Amino acid sequence: MTALAAVADDRIDLEALYAESSIGETLDQLDRELVGLVPVKTRIREIAALLLVERARRSLGLEAEPPPLHMSFTGNPGTGKTTVARRMAEILHRLGYTRRDHVVSVTRDDLVGQYIGHTAPKTKDVLKKAMGGVLFIDEAYYLYRPENERDYGQESIEILLQVMEDNRDDLVVILAGYKDRMDTFFKSNPGMASRIAHHIDFPDYAADELFRIAELMVGTMNYRFDSEAVSALRDYIVRRMEQPRFANARSIRNALDRARLRQANRLFADRCRLLDRTALQTITAADIRASRVFAP
Amino acid sequence: MHLTQGQFSFLPDLTDAEIKKQIEYALKNDWAVAIEFTDDPHPRNTYWSMWGTPMFDLKDPAGIMMELKDCRANQGDKYIKIVAFDSHKGFESLRMSFLVNRPKNEPGFELVRSEAAGRKVNYALRSYATAKPAAVRYG
Repeated sequence: MTALAAVADDRIDLEALYAESSIGETLDQLDRELVGLVPVKTRIREIAALLLVERARRSLGLEAEPPPLHMSFTGNPGTGKTTVARRMAEILHRLGYTRRDHVVSVTRDDLVGQYIGHTAPKTKDVLKKAMGGVLFIDEAYYLYRPENERDYGQESIEILLQVMEDNRDDLVVILAGYKDRMDTFFKSNPGMASRIAHHIDFPDYAADELFRIAELMVGTMNYRFDSEAVSALRDYIVRRMEQPRFANARSIRNALDRARLRQANRLFADRCRLLDRTALQTITAADIRASRVFAP
Repeated sequence: MHLTQGQFSFLPDLTDAEIKKQIEYALKNDWAVAIEFTDDPHPRNTYWSMWGTPMFDLKDPAGIMMELKDCRANQGDKYIKIVAFDSHKGFESLRMSFLVNRPKNEPGFELVRSEAAGRKVNYALRSYATAKPAAVRYG
Protein backbone atom coordinates (compact mmCIF):
# COMPACT_ATOMS: atom_id res chain seq x y z
CA MET A 1 0.00 0.00 0.00
CA THR A 2 2.83 2.34 0.85
CA ALA A 3 4.24 1.97 -2.66
CA LEU A 4 0.92 2.92 -4.19
CA ALA A 5 0.61 5.96 -1.96
CA ALA A 6 4.08 7.06 -3.01
CA VAL A 7 3.11 6.80 -6.65
CA ALA A 8 -0.05 8.82 -6.15
CA ASP A 9 1.75 11.98 -5.07
CA ASP A 10 4.91 11.24 -7.02
CA ARG A 11 5.74 13.50 -9.94
CA ILE A 12 7.80 12.68 -13.00
CA ASP A 13 10.10 15.27 -14.48
CA LEU A 14 9.66 14.80 -18.24
CA GLU A 15 12.33 17.35 -18.95
CA ALA A 16 14.88 15.34 -16.95
CA LEU A 17 13.80 12.15 -18.70
CA TYR A 18 14.18 13.90 -22.05
CA ALA A 19 17.64 15.17 -21.21
CA GLU A 20 18.71 11.78 -19.95
CA SER A 21 17.72 10.00 -23.18
CA SER A 22 19.51 11.05 -26.35
CA ILE A 23 16.23 11.79 -28.10
CA GLY A 24 16.91 15.50 -28.57
CA GLU A 25 20.25 14.80 -30.16
CA THR A 26 18.73 12.22 -32.49
CA LEU A 27 15.99 14.61 -33.61
CA ASP A 28 18.47 17.43 -34.19
CA GLN A 29 20.63 15.18 -36.28
CA LEU A 30 17.59 14.23 -38.31
CA ASP A 31 16.83 17.92 -38.90
CA ARG A 32 20.39 18.56 -40.05
CA GLU A 33 20.74 15.61 -42.36
CA LEU A 34 17.32 15.46 -43.95
CA VAL A 35 16.15 18.48 -45.89
CA GLY A 36 12.41 19.27 -45.93
CA LEU A 37 10.15 16.26 -45.23
CA VAL A 38 8.12 18.18 -42.64
CA PRO A 39 5.30 15.60 -42.27
CA VAL A 40 7.87 12.86 -41.72
CA LYS A 41 9.77 14.79 -39.07
CA THR A 42 6.55 15.79 -37.33
CA ARG A 43 5.49 12.16 -37.15
CA ILE A 44 8.87 11.09 -35.80
CA ARG A 45 8.63 13.81 -33.15
CA GLU A 46 5.18 12.57 -32.17
CA ILE A 47 6.44 9.01 -31.91
CA ALA A 48 9.37 10.20 -29.80
CA ALA A 49 7.02 12.05 -27.46
CA LEU A 50 4.79 9.01 -27.18
CA LEU A 51 7.71 6.74 -26.31
CA LEU A 52 8.99 9.22 -23.74
CA VAL A 53 5.61 9.53 -22.03
CA GLU A 54 5.30 5.76 -22.18
CA ARG A 55 8.60 5.51 -20.30
CA ALA A 56 7.39 8.01 -17.69
CA ARG A 57 4.15 6.08 -17.26
CA ARG A 58 6.02 2.82 -16.85
CA SER A 59 8.19 4.30 -14.11
CA LEU A 60 4.99 5.03 -12.18
CA GLY A 61 3.73 1.52 -12.78
CA LEU A 62 1.17 2.44 -15.44
CA GLU A 63 1.88 -0.48 -17.72
CA ALA A 64 0.39 -0.63 -21.19
CA GLU A 65 1.09 -2.64 -24.30
CA PRO A 66 3.77 -0.96 -26.39
CA PRO A 67 2.09 0.88 -29.28
CA PRO A 68 2.51 -0.84 -32.65
CA LEU A 69 4.75 1.19 -34.93
CA HIS A 70 4.29 -0.46 -38.30
CA MET A 71 4.53 2.22 -40.97
CA SER A 72 3.86 2.81 -44.60
CA PHE A 73 5.84 5.35 -46.58
CA THR A 74 4.29 6.61 -49.77
CA GLY A 75 5.52 9.23 -52.17
CA ASN A 76 6.93 9.97 -55.58
CA PRO A 77 10.30 8.62 -56.73
CA GLY A 78 13.31 10.17 -55.02
CA THR A 79 11.48 11.70 -52.05
CA GLY A 80 13.63 9.88 -49.49
CA LYS A 81 11.45 6.91 -48.49
CA THR A 82 14.29 4.42 -48.48
CA THR A 83 16.70 6.83 -46.78
CA VAL A 84 14.26 7.56 -43.96
CA ALA A 85 13.41 3.87 -43.53
CA ARG A 86 17.06 3.06 -43.08
CA ARG A 87 17.38 5.84 -40.51
CA MET A 88 14.19 4.77 -38.77
CA ALA A 89 15.80 1.64 -37.30
CA GLU A 90 18.48 3.76 -35.70
CA ILE A 91 15.96 6.30 -34.44
CA LEU A 92 13.62 3.71 -32.94
CA HIS A 93 16.55 1.98 -31.32
CA ARG A 94 17.79 5.20 -29.74
CA LEU A 95 14.30 5.97 -28.53
CA GLY A 96 14.36 2.58 -26.85
CA TYR A 97 11.54 1.06 -28.90
CA THR A 98 13.45 -1.66 -30.77
CA ARG A 99 16.05 -3.84 -29.13
CA ARG A 100 18.51 -3.62 -32.01
CA ASP A 101 19.30 -1.11 -34.72
CA HIS A 102 19.46 -3.36 -37.76
CA VAL A 103 17.33 -3.05 -40.89
CA VAL A 104 16.54 -5.99 -43.12
CA SER A 105 15.67 -4.54 -46.48
CA VAL A 106 13.75 -6.81 -48.85
CA THR A 107 11.65 -6.76 -52.00
CA ARG A 108 9.12 -9.20 -53.40
CA ASP A 109 11.80 -11.63 -54.57
CA ASP A 110 13.04 -12.21 -51.03
CA LEU A 111 9.60 -13.00 -49.65
CA VAL A 112 7.72 -14.86 -52.36
CA GLY A 113 8.73 -18.33 -53.49
CA GLN A 114 8.61 -19.87 -56.92
CA TYR A 115 6.58 -22.98 -56.26
CA ILE A 116 4.00 -24.34 -53.81
CA GLY A 117 5.36 -24.58 -50.28
CA HIS A 118 8.33 -22.34 -50.98
CA THR A 119 6.81 -19.04 -49.88
CA ALA A 120 6.04 -19.67 -46.21
CA PRO A 121 9.57 -20.74 -45.17
CA LYS A 122 11.07 -17.95 -47.24
CA THR A 123 8.91 -15.24 -45.69
CA LYS A 124 9.40 -16.67 -42.20
CA ASP A 125 13.14 -16.76 -42.70
CA VAL A 126 13.18 -13.06 -43.57
CA LEU A 127 10.91 -12.22 -40.62
CA LYS A 128 13.16 -14.12 -38.20
CA LYS A 129 16.20 -12.29 -39.50
CA ALA A 130 14.48 -8.94 -39.03
CA MET A 131 13.25 -9.58 -35.50
CA GLY A 132 14.45 -7.14 -32.90
CA GLY A 133 14.83 -4.48 -35.58
CA VAL A 134 13.09 -3.14 -38.66
CA LEU A 135 11.84 -5.01 -41.71
CA PHE A 136 11.75 -2.70 -44.71
CA ILE A 137 9.74 -3.89 -47.70
CA ASP A 138 10.49 -1.73 -50.70
CA GLU A 139 7.93 -1.54 -53.52
CA ALA A 140 5.53 -3.49 -51.31
CA TYR A 141 2.68 -3.30 -53.85
CA TYR A 142 4.42 -5.97 -55.94
CA LEU A 143 3.50 -8.47 -53.22
CA TYR A 144 -0.06 -8.44 -54.45
CA ARG A 145 -0.70 -9.34 -58.07
CA PRO A 146 -4.44 -9.20 -58.70
CA GLU A 147 -4.07 -10.30 -62.33
CA ASN A 148 -2.85 -13.74 -61.21
CA GLU A 149 -5.07 -15.35 -58.60
CA ARG A 150 -2.62 -18.18 -58.01
CA ASP A 151 0.20 -15.81 -57.22
CA TYR A 152 2.04 -16.73 -54.01
CA GLY A 153 2.25 -13.09 -52.90
CA GLN A 154 -1.03 -13.42 -51.05
CA GLU A 155 0.41 -16.23 -48.92
CA SER A 156 3.35 -14.04 -48.03
CA ILE A 157 1.03 -11.18 -47.05
CA GLU A 158 -0.94 -13.47 -44.74
CA ILE A 159 2.20 -14.61 -42.91
CA LEU A 160 3.37 -11.02 -42.63
CA LEU A 161 0.03 -9.98 -41.14
CA GLN A 162 0.11 -12.78 -38.61
CA VAL A 163 3.62 -11.97 -37.41
CA MET A 164 2.90 -8.23 -37.38
CA GLU A 165 0.04 -9.00 -35.02
CA ASP A 166 1.63 -11.70 -32.81
CA ASN A 167 5.14 -10.28 -32.52
CA ARG A 168 4.39 -6.59 -32.43
CA ASP A 169 7.02 -5.89 -29.78
CA ASP A 170 9.69 -7.84 -31.67
CA LEU A 171 9.44 -6.25 -35.07
CA VAL A 172 8.62 -3.02 -36.88
CA VAL A 173 7.49 -3.43 -40.48
CA ILE A 174 7.85 -0.52 -42.90
CA LEU A 175 6.23 -0.73 -46.32
CA ALA A 176 7.27 1.70 -48.99
CA GLY A 177 6.09 2.45 -52.49
CA TYR A 178 4.65 4.95 -54.90
CA LYS A 179 1.48 6.58 -53.67
CA ASP A 180 -1.07 5.47 -56.24
CA ARG A 181 0.09 1.87 -56.34
CA MET A 182 0.23 1.59 -52.56
CA ASP A 183 -3.33 2.91 -52.40
CA THR A 184 -4.51 0.07 -54.65
CA PHE A 185 -2.46 -2.35 -52.58
CA PHE A 186 -4.11 -1.26 -49.33
CA LYS A 187 -7.54 -1.20 -50.93
CA SER A 188 -7.22 -4.86 -51.88
CA ASN A 189 -5.60 -5.78 -48.52
CA PRO A 190 -7.67 -3.99 -45.89
CA GLY A 191 -6.14 -6.18 -43.18
CA MET A 192 -2.73 -4.76 -43.99
CA ALA A 193 -3.99 -1.17 -44.04
CA SER A 194 -5.63 -1.46 -40.63
CA ARG A 195 -2.58 -3.02 -38.99
CA ILE A 196 -0.38 -0.14 -40.02
CA ALA A 197 -0.68 2.68 -37.53
CA HIS A 198 1.34 5.28 -39.38
CA HIS A 199 0.69 6.15 -42.98
CA ILE A 200 3.24 8.79 -43.87
CA ASP A 201 3.14 10.61 -47.19
CA PHE A 202 6.42 12.01 -48.50
CA PRO A 203 5.82 15.32 -50.29
CA ASP A 204 7.74 16.45 -53.37
CA TYR A 205 10.65 18.78 -52.72
CA ALA A 206 10.57 22.47 -53.54
CA ALA A 207 13.33 23.97 -55.69
CA ASP A 208 15.29 25.47 -52.80
CA GLU A 209 15.05 22.23 -50.82
CA LEU A 210 16.51 20.41 -53.78
CA PHE A 211 19.30 22.95 -53.87
CA ARG A 212 20.08 22.34 -50.17
CA ILE A 213 20.08 18.59 -50.87
CA ALA A 214 22.54 19.17 -53.71
CA GLU A 215 24.78 21.13 -51.36
CA LEU A 216 24.69 18.32 -48.79
CA MET A 217 25.47 15.72 -51.43
CA VAL A 218 28.34 17.71 -52.84
CA GLY A 219 29.73 18.23 -49.34
CA THR A 220 29.76 14.51 -48.57
CA MET A 221 31.49 13.81 -51.89
CA ASN A 222 34.20 16.41 -51.11
CA TYR A 223 33.37 18.67 -53.99
CA ARG A 224 32.30 22.30 -53.97
CA PHE A 225 30.61 24.72 -56.34
CA ASP A 226 32.16 28.01 -57.38
CA SER A 227 29.86 31.04 -57.23
CA GLU A 228 28.73 30.82 -60.85
CA ALA A 229 28.08 27.14 -60.53
CA VAL A 230 25.69 27.89 -57.67
CA SER A 231 23.45 30.02 -59.86
CA ALA A 232 23.81 27.55 -62.73
CA LEU A 233 22.64 24.78 -60.44
CA ARG A 234 19.63 26.81 -59.25
CA ASP A 235 18.78 27.38 -62.90
CA TYR A 236 19.24 23.72 -63.64
CA ILE A 237 16.93 22.60 -60.84
CA VAL A 238 14.09 24.87 -61.95
CA ARG A 239 14.38 23.66 -65.52
CA ARG A 240 14.76 20.00 -64.61
CA MET A 241 11.63 20.08 -62.45
CA GLU A 242 9.55 20.95 -65.47
CA GLN A 243 10.86 18.08 -67.53
CA PRO A 244 9.35 14.60 -67.71
CA ARG A 245 10.59 11.77 -65.49
CA PHE A 246 11.71 14.12 -62.76
CA ALA A 247 12.60 12.03 -59.69
CA ASN A 248 13.27 14.63 -57.00
CA ALA A 249 16.51 14.04 -55.10
CA ARG A 250 17.46 11.13 -57.33
CA SER A 251 17.49 13.41 -60.39
CA ILE A 252 19.71 15.82 -58.49
CA ARG A 253 22.10 13.03 -57.57
CA ASN A 254 22.28 11.93 -61.20
CA ALA A 255 22.87 15.51 -62.33
CA LEU A 256 25.74 15.85 -59.86
CA ASP A 257 27.23 12.56 -61.01
CA ARG A 258 27.18 13.80 -64.60
CA ALA A 259 28.70 17.12 -63.52
CA ARG A 260 31.53 15.17 -61.89
CA LEU A 261 32.02 13.31 -65.14
CA ARG A 262 32.27 16.57 -67.08
CA GLN A 263 34.61 18.06 -64.51
CA ALA A 264 36.92 15.04 -64.82
CA ASN A 265 36.79 15.30 -68.58
CA ARG A 266 37.59 19.01 -68.49
CA LEU A 267 40.58 18.45 -66.20
CA PHE A 268 41.79 15.57 -68.32
CA ALA A 269 41.57 17.53 -71.57
CA ASP A 270 43.82 20.15 -70.03
CA ARG A 271 46.24 17.67 -68.51
CA CYS A 272 49.57 19.39 -69.17
CA ARG A 273 48.66 21.83 -66.37
CA LEU A 274 49.50 21.03 -62.74
CA LEU A 275 46.38 20.68 -60.60
CA ASP A 276 45.94 21.83 -57.02
CA ARG A 277 43.46 20.73 -54.41
CA THR A 278 40.90 23.42 -55.29
CA ALA A 279 40.92 22.53 -58.98
CA LEU A 280 40.19 18.90 -58.17
CA GLN A 281 37.36 19.92 -55.87
CA THR A 282 35.62 22.62 -57.84
CA ILE A 283 32.66 22.10 -60.09
CA THR A 284 32.27 25.13 -62.36
CA ALA A 285 29.24 26.61 -64.09
CA ALA A 286 30.41 25.12 -67.39
CA ASP A 287 30.19 21.60 -65.94
CA ILE A 288 26.55 22.16 -65.14
CA ARG A 289 25.49 24.26 -68.11
CA ALA A 290 26.66 21.54 -70.52
CA SER A 291 23.63 19.49 -69.46
CA ARG A 292 20.98 18.64 -72.03
CA VAL A 293 18.47 20.42 -69.78
CA PHE A 294 19.92 23.71 -71.04
CA ALA A 295 19.70 22.65 -74.68
CA PRO A 296 17.48 25.07 -76.59
CA MET B 1 12.36 -40.51 -14.54
CA HIS B 2 13.63 -37.02 -15.23
CA LEU B 3 15.86 -37.28 -18.29
CA THR B 4 18.89 -35.01 -18.37
CA GLN B 5 21.41 -34.43 -21.11
CA GLY B 6 23.57 -31.73 -22.67
CA GLN B 7 24.28 -28.38 -21.03
CA PHE B 8 22.62 -27.34 -17.77
CA SER B 9 21.67 -30.96 -17.06
CA PHE B 10 22.32 -30.45 -13.34
CA LEU B 11 19.97 -27.46 -13.21
CA PRO B 12 16.19 -27.46 -13.09
CA ASP B 13 14.52 -27.01 -16.49
CA LEU B 14 15.20 -23.59 -17.98
CA THR B 15 12.37 -21.08 -18.13
CA ASP B 16 11.61 -19.33 -21.43
CA ALA B 17 13.40 -16.19 -20.24
CA GLU B 18 16.48 -18.25 -19.45
CA ILE B 19 16.31 -20.04 -22.80
CA LYS B 20 16.12 -16.65 -24.49
CA LYS B 21 19.27 -15.50 -22.72
CA GLN B 22 21.16 -18.63 -23.75
CA ILE B 23 20.10 -18.11 -27.37
CA GLU B 24 21.20 -14.51 -27.13
CA TYR B 25 24.63 -15.72 -26.05
CA ALA B 26 24.80 -18.06 -29.05
CA LEU B 27 23.77 -15.32 -31.48
CA LYS B 28 26.28 -12.93 -29.96
CA ASN B 29 28.98 -15.46 -30.82
CA ASP B 30 27.71 -15.77 -34.37
CA TRP B 31 26.53 -19.36 -34.03
CA ALA B 32 23.63 -20.78 -36.03
CA VAL B 33 20.83 -21.99 -33.79
CA ALA B 34 18.63 -24.96 -34.66
CA ILE B 35 15.74 -26.77 -33.01
CA GLU B 36 15.58 -30.59 -32.92
CA PHE B 37 13.08 -33.05 -31.45
CA THR B 38 12.80 -36.77 -30.82
CA ASP B 39 10.68 -39.35 -29.01
CA ASP B 40 13.55 -41.78 -28.43
CA PRO B 41 15.24 -40.77 -25.20
CA HIS B 42 18.16 -43.22 -25.40
CA PRO B 43 21.44 -41.38 -24.67
CA ARG B 44 23.06 -42.90 -27.75
CA ASN B 45 20.31 -41.55 -30.01
CA THR B 46 22.28 -38.75 -31.66
CA TYR B 47 20.12 -38.31 -34.75
CA TRP B 48 17.16 -36.18 -33.72
CA SER B 49 14.65 -34.80 -36.23
CA MET B 50 15.17 -31.21 -37.25
CA TRP B 51 12.44 -28.64 -36.77
CA GLY B 52 12.98 -26.61 -39.92
CA THR B 53 16.44 -25.69 -41.07
CA PRO B 54 19.16 -24.17 -38.86
CA MET B 55 18.67 -20.43 -38.56
CA PHE B 56 21.54 -18.37 -39.90
CA ASP B 57 22.09 -14.60 -39.77
CA LEU B 58 19.64 -13.93 -36.96
CA LYS B 59 20.20 -10.92 -34.71
CA ASP B 60 17.57 -11.46 -32.06
CA PRO B 61 16.29 -14.53 -30.17
CA ALA B 62 12.65 -13.58 -30.84
CA GLY B 63 12.66 -15.45 -34.17
CA ILE B 64 13.95 -18.65 -32.56
CA MET B 65 11.49 -18.37 -29.68
CA MET B 66 8.73 -18.11 -32.29
CA GLU B 67 9.93 -21.35 -33.92
CA LEU B 68 10.24 -23.02 -30.52
CA LYS B 69 6.65 -22.08 -29.76
CA ASP B 70 5.55 -23.61 -33.07
CA CYS B 71 7.60 -26.73 -32.38
CA ARG B 72 6.11 -27.12 -28.89
CA ALA B 73 2.61 -26.72 -30.33
CA ASN B 74 3.26 -29.50 -32.85
CA GLN B 75 5.65 -31.80 -30.97
CA GLY B 76 4.83 -30.86 -27.41
CA ASP B 77 4.91 -34.44 -26.06
CA LYS B 78 8.45 -35.10 -27.26
CA TYR B 79 11.93 -34.06 -26.21
CA ILE B 80 13.01 -30.80 -27.85
CA LYS B 81 16.53 -29.41 -27.71
CA ILE B 82 18.19 -26.26 -28.92
CA VAL B 83 21.61 -26.59 -30.50
CA ALA B 84 24.06 -23.91 -31.63
CA PHE B 85 26.52 -24.62 -34.41
CA ASP B 86 29.81 -22.77 -34.67
CA SER B 87 30.97 -22.56 -38.29
CA HIS B 88 34.28 -20.87 -37.52
CA LYS B 89 37.39 -22.61 -38.70
CA GLY B 90 38.78 -24.92 -36.05
CA PHE B 91 35.42 -25.56 -34.42
CA GLU B 92 32.94 -26.43 -37.17
CA SER B 93 30.82 -28.29 -34.66
CA LEU B 94 28.09 -27.86 -32.08
CA ARG B 95 28.99 -25.53 -29.24
CA MET B 96 25.72 -25.66 -27.33
CA SER B 97 22.98 -28.22 -26.85
CA PHE B 98 20.31 -28.20 -24.17
CA LEU B 99 16.82 -29.59 -23.56
CA VAL B 100 13.93 -27.14 -23.71
CA ASN B 101 10.94 -29.47 -23.63
CA ARG B 102 10.12 -32.93 -22.30
CA PRO B 103 7.05 -35.22 -22.36
CA LYS B 104 4.72 -35.18 -19.38
CA ASN B 105 5.37 -38.81 -18.48
CA GLU B 106 8.88 -40.10 -18.74
CA PRO B 107 8.77 -43.84 -18.05
CA GLY B 108 12.54 -44.25 -17.76
CA PHE B 109 14.84 -47.11 -18.67
CA GLU B 110 15.04 -50.80 -18.15
CA LEU B 111 18.33 -52.61 -17.62
CA VAL B 112 18.19 -55.69 -19.84
CA ARG B 113 20.49 -58.58 -18.94
CA SER B 114 21.11 -61.33 -21.41
CA GLU B 115 23.12 -64.40 -20.58
CA ALA B 116 25.83 -65.33 -23.06
CA ALA B 117 28.19 -68.27 -23.31
CA GLY B 118 30.17 -69.22 -20.20
CA ARG B 119 28.12 -67.40 -17.55
CA LYS B 120 28.88 -64.09 -19.28
CA VAL B 121 26.18 -61.41 -18.89
CA ASN B 122 25.56 -58.67 -21.48
CA TYR B 123 23.85 -55.53 -20.31
CA ALA B 124 21.65 -53.24 -22.39
CA LEU B 125 19.73 -50.08 -21.60
CA ARG B 126 16.24 -49.92 -23.09
CA SER B 127 13.76 -47.11 -22.79
CA TYR B 128 10.26 -48.18 -21.78
CA ALA B 129 8.93 -45.53 -24.12
CA THR B 130 10.44 -47.11 -27.23
CA ALA B 131 8.53 -50.33 -26.64
CA LYS B 132 5.56 -48.62 -28.26
CA PRO B 133 5.43 -47.57 -31.93
CA ALA B 134 6.92 -44.16 -32.78
CA ALA B 135 3.74 -42.10 -32.84
CA VAL B 136 2.21 -43.26 -29.54
CA ARG B 137 5.15 -43.40 -27.14
CA TYR B 138 4.04 -40.67 -24.77
CA GLY B 139 0.78 -39.38 -23.41
